[in-house]
Amino acid sequence: MTNWVKTKNNTKINLADIPVLDIENLRTEVKALNKRPVAFFGKDWGNGNVRLFVILADDTSGDLYVSSTIFGNLQKSYESFTQDIPSFHIFEREFYEDFGIEPLHHPWLKPVRKNQDDYTFFEMQGEEVHQVAVGPIHAGVIEPGHFRFMCNGETVYHLEIMLGYQHKGVEELMLKKHSNQLAESIVGDSVIAYNTAYSQIVETLKDIKISDKAQLIRKLALEMERAAIHIGDLGAIAGDIAYLMGASVFGATRTLVINTMLEFCGSRFGRGFVTVGGVNFDLSDEIMEKAKKTLDKVEKDVDRMVKTMLKNSSVMSRLEKTGTVSTERAMETGLVGMAARASGVPIDSRFDYPDKWMEKLNINKKVFNGIGDVNSRFKLRYKEIKESLDIIRKIFKELKNLKSEPVLTYSDNDFTKDSFAISIVEGWRGEVVHIAMTDDNGKLSRYKIKDPSFNNWFGLALAVRNNGVSDFPLCNKSFNLSYSGNDL
Amino acid sequence: MLDTLKSRIYQGKQFIKDIQNAPMRDQFRGFPILKNANNVDLQKCVDVCPTGAIKLNPLSIDMGKCTFCSACKNACKNFCNSDAIDFSNYYKLSSTKRENLIITENMTPEDYEKVAIETRKEITSVFSKSLKLRQVSAAGCNGCEMELNACSNVNFDMGRFGIDFVASPRHADGIVITGPISKNMAYALEDCYKSVPDPKIVILCGACAISGGVYQEASEINREFLDKYNIDLYIPGCPVHPLTFINGVLSFIRDKK
Repeated sequence: MTNWVKTKNNTKINLADIPVLDIENLRTEVKALNKRPVAFFGKDWGNGNVRLFVILADDTSGDLYVSSTIFGNLQKSYESFTQDIPSFHIFEREFYEDFGIEPLHHPWLKPVRKNQDDYTFFEMQGEEVHQVAVGPIHAGVIEPGHFRFMCNGETVYHLEIMLGYQHKGVEELMLKKHSNQLAESIVGDSVIAYNTAYSQIVETLKDIKISDKAQLIRKLALEMERAAIHIGDLGAIAGDIAYLMGASVFGATRTLVINTMLEFCGSRFGRGFVTVGGVNFDLSDEIMEKAKKTLDKVEKDVDRMVKTMLKNSSVMSRLEKTGTVSTERAMETGLVGMAARASGVPIDSRFDYPDKWMEKLNINKKVFNGIGDVNSRFKLRYKEIKESLDIIRKIFKELKNLKSEPVLTYSDNDFTKDSFAISIVEGWRGEVVHIAMTDDNGKLSRYKIKDPSFNNWFGLALAVRNNGVSDFPLCNKSFNLSYSGNDL
Repeated sequence: MLDTLKSRIYQGKQFIKDIQNAPMRDQFRGFPILKNANNVDLQKCVDVCPTGAIKLNPLSIDMGKCTFCSACKNACKNFCNSDAIDFSNYYKLSSTKRENLIITENMTPEDYEKVAIETRKEITSVFSKSLKLRQVSAAGCNGCEMELNACSNVNFDMGRFGIDFVASPRHADGIVITGPISKNMAYALEDCYKSVPDPKIVILCGACAISGGVYQEASEINREFLDKYNIDLYIPGCPVHPLTFINGVLSFIRDKK
């Protein structure tokens, strides 16, 4: 195994231990190992050189494989990996955009988030063919992005999604001035997931051990976030099929969850809850008791509304067989998280890269047999809401045994020099991957973020093919992807 | 159908009746209360602030920059052994003047409320019963956007005051900006503003929009728009709470009683 270094989630490795192969060798190795790519990114390596890091994930054993190659300053191209493994497509586009090293024979080499002026859209010719352009500013109160539909009458042949309007330079800013507050403002609907990933990576690189209680409270917050957003999204899906009762009821039910979060930490979205060293707020018995009652009501209300909705034939006719992404397509394009599970790809980093609590609390992975349509994504959300509430109840019980533990560990440790760490957190959309590197002065030298949306936007484009253009909002809501997470 | 009706009856009425006096949970971090009676050195609190919102001599917090994360309060308690900085649950934080957002020592919510919003005849006479807004997310993280959506849900039900978000700038009386304004959104934002018929208002919503917030030093933002055009209302928060937004807008469009 000299061509790869094998590591785990939230584990520190020496930068010097990461092998450097030549690009052809790396290509062969990636093909031979045949695992799912979770990162593929460059770093300026001095004197005009660029070092490319590749991280592959083994979702059955929980191992992560890291390797790299160095491009000299004259080496400006290589044969793209995408030709053999399509799921590299978006990673290679990003690498090309950032460093100008061209992946040759890439089938879809377009800008990811910068250079929007250079974007050329795929076009079809024909008498009946027309284009629909939407955005960057959309009809609703949502983030900006541009969608270009190639339609034949009402039917969408092809959708192209041009993003980048949200690009702020987050990765660069993380090196300049990283903080919990910045981490939780990267994707404002995944506050806990992002802040946990950032905190874990800092704790890993600074050798800070956090208490069991803090770990559990983080886990609880993450499931609260998942439940809240999923309930909100059920409402949004209901709204988009004009089933307004669903939109209203799920909206009100979500309020109960986020107001409980407010009681935990002073913010409806959990801002300021998680911090490096643990969490900022302990949960009193009184607050937990109240939360338990509220969440019982939440579950009852969600059950009731979902069942009412699914019995309604006018609802089902809109959800079923709309926006389908088959299992094969999902695997091929490298979808992750909820969107992948709805298409029958059973990856969930909570279980694939578990911490000790999953076993201790007896939380098991239950596979969901989805067929990848809006209905599957709707039902999967419902299933995950129930599971999250179940996990939260288990954590409440466990927290009773840990009353005397502190929730926050103070530490003045510095970053370990020349190190590398990966942190994967399963946010409600899917795996939030943070990767950090330190230099020989013990300063952060590269911070890489991969949001699940980065993989999944292409899945949305596939989903709307051969659907009516009027079903686009519904498909879009069923994915509910992040613009900020993609644009960084 | 019958089940749907049953659900309706089961859910009952959930809207907050008196939105201007709606109770807020104690845990909410709103209006900062500053009291450094013993003149403790608060440099630690300044150091932990992620947005540079705190200034010393005299002590102040700029709500336009503050993310209400309470890092300063925690540092104050743990390192300075002082309770000079605290956050009350008072949520009416909006102001028509940028400089009003800077809160100084011993200022109370009541003091703030008196000066925060200056109503103008030309606004109250036209918009008091109907205000249609176009929201533009200019690199907002989706935090403020979700809270603005929540303003229209069955709990807050902003529509009953005639305040709505509309799809087209042509139908709008003004725009609500969230996010620090990225370079890539600068053009679209200005385009949208120009498409709104005169007279029109501009509302900045959230720490990022008002000051850049945690993104003040980001390389890919462009805030020239804010220098060019007049801003009518600043609504602080990270993200903005729906009660802060609705009450801010209501005080702005209605005559003070």
